[in-house]
Amino acid sequence: MTVDAVEEPFRTQLTVRLRDGHALLGADLPEPCTFTSRNGVDVLWMGPDEYLVLAEPGRQAELETALREAGAAAVVDVSAQRVTVRLTGAHARDVLAHGCSIDLDPAVSPPGTCVQTLLVRTGIILMVREEGFTILVRQSFAGYFTTWLADASLEYQEVPWPSR
Amino acid sequence: MTRLSGVPLKFTFDGRELTGYLGDTLASALLANGIHQVATSIKYGRPRGIVAAGVEDSNALVQIDAPFPEPMLSATTVELYDGLEARGLRGRGRLATEPDPARYDAKHAHCDVLVIGAGPAGLAAARAASGRVLLVDDQPDGEAPEGVRFLSRTTAFGIYDDGFVLALERRGEPVAPERLSRQRIRRIRAKRIVIATGAHERPIVFPDNDRPGIMLAGAARTYLNRYGVLAGSRVVVFTTNDSALDAASELAGAGAEIVRIVDAREGYGVIGTDGGADGHITAAHIARLGEMQGERVECDLLLVSGGWNPAVHLFSQARGKLRYAPELGAYVPDGDLPTVSVVGAAAGEGLPETKVLWQVPAPKSEVDTRFVDQQRDATVSDVLRATGAGLRSLEHIKRYTTIGTAHDQGKTSGMLAAGITAEALGADLATQRPTTFRPPYTPVAFAALAGRHRGDLHDPVRVTTIHPWHVEHGAEFENVGQWKRPRYYPRPGETMHDAVLRECRAARNGVALMDGSTLGKIDVQGPDAGWFLDMLYTNMMSNLKVGRIRYGVMCGVDGMVLDDGTVIRVAEDRFLVTTTTGNAAKVLDWMEEWLQTEWPHLSVFATSVTEHWATIPLVGPKSREVLGRLAPGLDVSNDAFGFMTWQDAEVAGIPARVCRISFSGELAYEINVRSWHGIALWQSIVAEGATPYGTETMHVLRAEKGYPIIGQDTDGTVTPQDLGMSWVVSKKKADFLGKRSFARAENNRPDRKQLVGLLPVDPSVLLPEGSQLIESEVVPEPPVRMLGHVTSSYHSAALGRTFALALVRSGRERIGETLYVPAGDRVVPVTVTGSVLFDEEGARRDG
Repeated sequence: MTVDAVEEPFRTQLTVRLRDGHALLGADLPEPCTFTSRNGVDVLWMGPDEYLVLAEPGRQAELETALREAGAAAVVDVSAQRVTVRLTGAHARDVLAHGCSIDLDPAVSPPGTCVQTLLVRTGIILMVREEGFTILVRQSFAGYFTTWLADASLEYQEVPWPSR
Repeated sequence: MTRLSGVPLKFTFDGRELTGYLGDTLASALLANGIHQVATSIKYGRPRGIVAAGVEDSNALVQIDAPFPEPMLSATTVELYDGLEARGLRGRGRLATEPDPARYDAKHAHCDVLVIGAGPAGLAAARAASGRVLLVDDQPDGEAPEGVRFLSRTTAFGIYDDGFVLALERRGEPVAPERLSRQRIRRIRAKRIVIATGAHERPIVFPDNDRPGIMLAGAARTYLNRYGVLAGSRVVVFTTNDSALDAASELAGAGAEIVRIVDAREGYGVIGTDGGADGHITAAHIARLGEMQGERVECDLLLVSGGWNPAVHLFSQARGKLRYAPELGAYVPDGDLPTVSVVGAAAGEGLPETKVLWQVPAPKSEVDTRFVDQQRDATVSDVLRATGAGLRSLEHIKRYTTIGTAHDQGKTSGMLAAGITAEALGADLATQRPTTFRPPYTPVAFAALAGRHRGDLHDPVRVTTIHPWHVEHGAEFENVGQWKRPRYYPRPGETMHDAVLRECRAARNGVALMDGSTLGKIDVQGPDAGWFLDMLYTNMMSNLKVGRIRYGVMCGVDGMVLDDGTVIRVAEDRFLVTTTTGNAAKVLDWMEEWLQTEWPHLSVFATSVTEHWATIPLVGPKSREVLGRLAPGLDVSNDAFGFMTWQDAEVAGIPARVCRISFSGELAYEINVRSWHGIALWQSIVAEGATPYGTETMHVLRAEKGYPIIGQDTDGTVTPQDLGMSWVVSKKKADFLGKRSFARAENNRPDRKQLVGLLPVDPSVLLPEGSQLIESEVVPEPPVRMLGHVTSSYHSAALGRTFALALVRSGRERIGETLYVPAGDRVVPVTVTGSVLFDEEGARRDG
């Protein structure tokens, strides 16, 4: 396939609110519309005082403690709120362009970019990585999301392109 | 002259089997087969032919019958393909009754410079532009300069704010309809836009100017040069400018005989035409301008050029200013916009100077055949009737005459109508405002605009993590906003009525469970959270003890009920707020609005956790037993786990937060687990013998207890007091949202509508929800005084009868009275009661 979508289930997801401070979990805070990655933990900028911390499954309690000690004003476990999907492949950007109005040209949205936006009619968090995209979508919209994704990907199936 | 080489294509027009070539339009293929007449006119049934070679054509409307019915396409824009079946259309077409098998979609594009039109000016602009350059053109072929992204077959049809442009890409007829879209909307965002859309040739009005075989001079050139089709052999050319002379010499070079060039600049004009039995032109009458007798010259093609109108449509859509250019007889851009510029013919550049001649002075005739808008069959007389009626504005004349309102949107007729109007009024076109150009520039099918938003993808369907179980077990669903919720779970042979009564009995007599995961949930954290919730809710929340739960009501600043739900105190500085399913996003927005705009100093953070939790209410006198078995580590006794408290525990081996709350009046628990465990918990509870119930049963159970549903029993004009819930409005708190409004005289009127119960006198009659209440047994003559309306109405298993809730004027004073509900052709007597109809003393909540 030239487009691959793989779910990464049960990941740790914590919403963190921070009024003062410049670092979280030993890393500088991400700039607006970006994320940082360190030791398997991604910190996503969500708003002027809001961050989303992503990590492998099962680290909720450990990270929540660390974040509170680091001065977080609020920490909320939202691990089961959204599903995480990795989208890779030569046409991943094309597929997203069918439903997402963000300019995903690497010159405009280089790896490390992170935005909250709409994919067609569902809200998503979109992370641009070196090897593709990570999309977080609310789990109640996951069915709509996958139906749309499968439909939008049809054109990019690896079968001979018919001549006009 | 050579015809298009390559692939021959078979097609059918008006039942005739014909052949064209790959690269033809339907119009060029028809002309190549000697067919000029495409249709008859909508009002007078006059034969009409092909006038232009592009989107500006006013006449050649066709209906496509196969492969898929499409109405009202212009033959000049339909690319020919094998198997096409079409026929000429007199006005309206036929929409398909079967679903369109083709796919349609949309794709976003971004660029620094968007160039619209790949003619010489557009190509030069694209070449000169730097950064990411996107070039679009409505023709099927063409080549882009190096480094420029090029979309052919793509018509930019709308310019919106901030460089947003919509374009329609025709991707060719379906070759792999199961995978590829036939048409695609390009949603383009450009930093700069260059409009290079060229110009449309303008006809001249004279009697019988609408015959097949009368064509714009430039169109004849296009048919010759692009398609290798000579549109006639004996040609008269009528022009006001030099451009038609090029057409004449090229047609002559291809073998046509140019029998006369009638140049208005030399004082001559065409004052009429003759036609054969089929209406096709056979001769033109030529006279000195102003003279009513002329010379008859035989011909089979009359080429007309009255000058050129720059295609300023998109520039005008972008709110660019236009000015009248007298040397062109047309409106041109009056300077560029900051990010939108116009180049080439669209800016009036390089267009031939012309004598301005809108219409030829012509002999009087009984029937006016001087057509201004051929598609609308509107004549000079129609324009004069409008000015005679006192209309002055071009916009008004457009509406009065319908000129410029057809599929072509007046691309050839608009300027003529303006000119003839100005002549009639003795006005200067420089002082007239042209009619406003609006999107779309060309007709766009709704199917293309809908794109993928059809069928399953029409709108998102939100489901809970337990949804697959509901589907598997035959639940009937109802839509609650975008959510699909199980309404009831019919067993084989059961009607909805049977199923709901059974589910209600299970909840009241045994144990039942429902999927409450759609309930909105918001985590509210921070040292000021208590103060914040005190302001948001009408009742006190800051004095709630950790481990306890309280029901609360939120009002808008108008004092009207906005939402309700429970508040759980998780920790000293942390609460979990629940909202109704439909208001989850609205309540979070409401919180953020106050936190961000009015109280930014507060240290409070609200986070939606709606979908983090799966929520399962476990209801009924036997719910304690079931919970006890599933959570052996939890002391479920009434003393250890009292009403309106919560505990964290393992339920069925899953970490859970269990709340003792009830929306039915029965002993009940609400078990919350991470949503990915929802289905496992559900299955464990079902295995304990609990009966699943849906939203319908939930509604009956809560209505029996008089619990209102915000949004069903309220409508934004209802206060807590109207609901009989004064107890939920704090008298101690100094302030909260809505408090001031409760003191308004209007809020204290004794005749406000209040929530009451209704018992139909005949206990088997179910009142339709929404029914009005009146005072008399017979519906009086209008106006009828309405006392209120039924908000909820059900059969009750517990009461063994029907009942309803209603908002009724001075409702509580009327308890015991008989009122009347007109329902269909009868009037149903009902007794007004209090809103709590079952277990008024609340004896059941502790089991």
